[in-house]
Amino acid sequence: MADPMRVRALEKDGSTEVKILMKHDMETGLRKDDAGNLVPAHFIQKVSVTHNDKEVLAAQFGVSVSKDPFLAFKFKGGAKGEKVIVSWIDNFGDKRTDEALIA
Amino acid sequence: MDQLRRDTLRISGVLGLAIAAGLLGPIDAVAEEWNKDAFDAKNYNDTLKALGAVAVATSKELLINAPDIAENGAVVPLTVSCTLPNVQQIAILIDKNPFTLSANFTIPAGTEPSISTRVKMRETSNVYALVKANGKWFVASKEIKVTLGGCGG
Repeated sequence: MADPMRVRALEKDGSTEVKILMKHDMETGLRKDDAGNLVPAHFIQKVSVTHNDKEVLAAQFGVSVSKDPFLAFKFKGGAKGEKVIVSWIDNFGDKRTDEALIA
Repeated sequence: MDQLRRDTLRISGVLGLAIAAGLLGPIDAVAEEWNKDAFDAKNYNDTLKALGAVAVATSKELLINAPDIAENGAVVPLTVSCTLPNVQQIAILIDKNPFTLSANFTIPAGTEPSISTRVKMRETSNVYALVKANGKWFVASKEIKVTLGGCGG
């Protein structure tokens, strides 16, 4: 079971700033463990952010996004108290969805 | 007796078809596939090809905000922003990484063309921001020096 992510959404002057901190190892598949064995690639591949059932950002990640990926962006609209929903899926098929209320 | 058996068979056959039809009902729209070809590409030109980026023009309206020197290649903060209208897509490419493409963002209308994230860099390299705006492709680059590589740390 994937760890929860931290999502913050802040409305200011008609646009909403979203900050997301996902919890994921983002293994590249190129790293060796202490015993010298290659650690298999394990990384988030797709991220989707929605507001009022409308996608406000879609992202695809490769292995070179840092461990515990961070994303920040802004979209127009969004009112205090409305939900921003963030989902990701990794290359193993693990998924996680978290949401935040716009502050 | 025989007729009853035939009827039963016929009815179950029709029921079976109905169930099959139910199962083959409309399938939910599937979100865009992860672009394996693009993320597997090992150099700048192959990545552009896999992303379908053609006639890529250098643009001064595209900004990469990042440190000139990254002390830790495992966590290099980047902000890509631009002032071009109708931005549809923003991609981050790192020339000297084992796989060039780091992230690819789809920007719907209403979302500002400015994204911040953090990436891993194996060594000092050019970082490219590739943008599709109004159907045309633009690129900007910035060299980031890495003092400690982000792979295998």
